[in-house]
Amino acid sequence: MQIGRVIGTVVSTQKNKKFEGAKLLLVQPLNPDDTPRGTALLAIDGVGAGVNEKVLVVLEGRAAGEALGKKAAPVDAAIVGIIDEIDFNGNL
Amino acid sequence: MNLARVIGDVVVTRKDENLTGLKLLIIQPLTPEREPAGRTLIAVDSVGAGVGEEVFFVRGKEASFPFYPVEAPVDAGIVGIVDYWTVG
Repeated sequence: MQIGRVIGTVVSTQKNKKFEGAKLLLVQPLNPDDTPRGTALLAIDGVGAGVNEKVLVVLEGRAAGEALGKKAAPVDAAIVGIIDEIDFNGNL
Repeated sequence: MNLARVIGDVVVTRKDENLTGLKLLIIQPLTPEREPAGRTLIAVDSVGAGVGEEVFFVRGKEASFPFYPVEAPVDAGIVGIVDYWTVG
């Protein structure tokens, strides 16, 4: 799993039907020290996350499909937790 | 999943039989600021996307799920056409 910050929302009308009712969020992956890592990705929201929240993201198809609650959904990323706090000693 | 723009298409005549009838598009992954993010790739389309459109795509085996029970040998698939996104 990865740490990320929700930076935005995505609206799509024409999409695979397994996405119906799902919330699509833009997530910027973060290093433990909060610096951005790589390009922002799209994740299904499984926990009611909102913009600016720090979240736990799973990047694997089966796990993401389970977060969505649908079998054989064509997804590869899902938010599975909202992070309260990270205890990190600062050494990368 | 990632954002991308469709920038072309690919025609393949001699191919795996489980690719029959599938539309293959060239996509450029994008940052939320619409800058290119990494290399272009070929993705199978299941939502009727076309050149110039902004889409989102899935990587891995999950790209074949829209074609179930056909086991399409693909590793990236367009699963939605983006109307718009907002940042912040």
